[in-house]
Amino acid sequence: MSALSVTVSHTVSQAVSGGVADAVSGAPWAVLAQGSVPAPEVDYGAIGAMLVVFAGACLGVLVEAFFPRHVRWSSQVVLSLLTIGAAGVTFGWYVGRSTDPVTTLSGTIAIDRPTLFLWGTLLALALGAVLLIADRSVEPGGSFVGHTAVARGGVREGVGDGAAPGGMRTEIFPLTLFALGGMMVFCAANDLLTMFVALEVLSLPLYLMCGLARRRRLLSQEAAVKYFLLGAFASAFFLYGLALLYGYASSVKLSAIAEATAGNDRSDTLLYVGLGLLVVGLLFKGSVGPFHTWTPDVYQGAPTPVTAFMAACTKVAAFGGIVRVLNVAFKASSWEWRGVLWAVAIVSMVVGAVLGLTQTDIKRMIAYSSVAHAGFLLVGSIALTEQGRSGTLFYLLAYGFTTLAAFGVISLVRAGDGEATHLSQWAGLAKRSPLTALVFTFLLLALAGIPLTSGFVGKFVVFTAAVEDGMAPLVVVAVLASAVAAFFYLRVVVLMYFSEPASDGPTVTVPGVFTTVAITLGVLVTLLLGVYPAVALDWAGPGLAFAP
Amino acid sequence: MLQPYVPLVLMFALAAAFAVFSVAVAPFVGPRRDNRAKLDAYECGIEPSPQPVVGSGRMPVAYYLTAMLFILFDIEMVFLYPFAVSADALGLFGLVEIALFIITVGFAYAYVWRRGGLDWN
Repeated sequence: MSALSVTVSHTVSQAVSGGVADAVSGAPWAVLAQGSVPAPEVDYGAIGAMLVVFAGACLGVLVEAFFPRHVRWSSQVVLSLLTIGAAGVTFGWYVGRSTDPVTTLSGTIAIDRPTLFLWGTLLALALGAVLLIADRSVEPGGSFVGHTAVARGGVREGVGDGAAPGGMRTEIFPLTLFALGGMMVFCAANDLLTMFVALEVLSLPLYLMCGLARRRRLLSQEAAVKYFLLGAFASAFFLYGLALLYGYASSVKLSAIAEATAGNDRSDTLLYVGLGLLVVGLLFKGSVGPFHTWTPDVYQGAPTPVTAFMAACTKVAAFGGIVRVLNVAFKASSWEWRGVLWAVAIVSMVVGAVLGLTQTDIKRMIAYSSVAHAGFLLVGSIALTEQGRSGTLFYLLAYGFTTLAAFGVISLVRAGDGEATHLSQWAGLAKRSPLTALVFTFLLLALAGIPLTSGFVGKFVVFTAAVEDGMAPLVVVAVLASAVAAFFYLRVVVLMYFSEPASDGPTVTVPGVFTTVAITLGVLVTLLLGVYPAVALDWAGPGLAFAP
Repeated sequence: MLQPYVPLVLMFALAAAFAVFSVAVAPFVGPRRDNRAKLDAYECGIEPSPQPVVGSGRMPVAYYLTAMLFILFDIEMVFLYPFAVSADALGLFGLVEIALFIITVGFAYAYVWRRGGLDWN
């Protein structure tokens, strides 16, 4: 797949540079056929981490093809963890050597400080997500379906033939790695076509992964279909926007679009319509504002480890892309679009906070919380200053770990037919399992943004940046929205501590090593970033420039 | 600036006019010979509805797998053609890239083959 995306971008960039000019005169490949095309320079050190992830994913496919069924799970777990570990080592080696911004692969990939920060975040989050996915102790046999799809009306929902203990579909591991690789390219993409290919590489595996839940098969398949249809729609928006922006700037490179917007001799209509469509595609992936409608259904229906992966990593990738596009390509035209994104951010925060209040399912509640958080992140993203960038990146890191651990805890609280996600089942949980309640309370406080958690620091840096960039009214709305959102987080805390437990309440599974490590990782990072945020803020801090 | 696109607009207008003309005129001048096949949703392939009673409403998915495989290798060909045309110009780097591309598609092929995607029975 790495070769695929690389080849695609090469072929396309050649078509763009060499072909299009000639296509008008009727000889598409004339230039290519005449002279020799210089091979693009590839900085293998810089993109090493990305290549390792894609190579691991390809090996995962081969493991699926050639290994007998009974060793697949163990091989895939070892392979996935090794891949992420090796990518981490490659990444660390490169960062230790240099963090100067470079562009490689004919300028389609930019490896700069924001990219490196996002890559580190993605790799760490993916490690936690793979651990959650690999766990087989919480749900016997793993959270994923063992067999093929369930026909409509064939099997009762909630039971499903996959609910019988047995093996799980281990394709989930290579799919996770492919999605992770796509996210890494997405953050680093320096032109819109590479970004689109990366968007598809990260989305297609996610659509599949959503439909693989062992329990509640129909809900899971419904989530997958909804996500796929709406996602395809959003991709089409992105692509249409891309085409119009190419018409506007005669290039898909972010830097060329930036140059074009700096002048004023072109059609603004193409720019505005193109930018609008492009941003709709991006905001959809980030589950922002009025483009969030898929979020609750998909978060609820997808297997909880996949939800954790989606909520944490997709958010990081999507906002990584949004920050880069807005900062690099559309900085000069910010005066025109900023008002619109103000409105989108307000809608997102208000919708997330208000609809979150009415939810009775804990996964849906966290989904609406993620919509509200997407609004806060957008506030940081449209502050086109260094503080805005570093604040947004820090917020992504903090939110990713908190939400990963939160979904890890949600997967532990179970009733007879799977996870007990209805809020009433969580009543009095503290009496039954004080530790789980304590951990979940801490995570909810972090999501609400209470001091001494990473959530507080994240909101603080983002809102400070927004105020300094002259967006005080927006910050007032954001603070009000966080206050409303805090109510529904605290309602769960009150429910867990001050309600009588239901007689037939859920049991809290003692997690195996994998889930324990993942939750501990999330909680520790949430605490560390809350108490001593300088570690990450320094990293996301001064000199956070994008590659030219 | 938009001058070169005028033929394109004319083409669209022509296409739209043809479609409108065909739909509007056909009921008046065409012969009417009704038969069952004209009421089908599609005129080839498997009837999508009503669902077959046997096998809890399932349909054979061999078509689907074959179609997916066709798309996979079709797209591979789509990329091989431009490469073949300009193979000389692209040089060794292009050759390595296209080899890597074929190998990665080969992974998918190996998966389908080993998992019985090519078995028809």
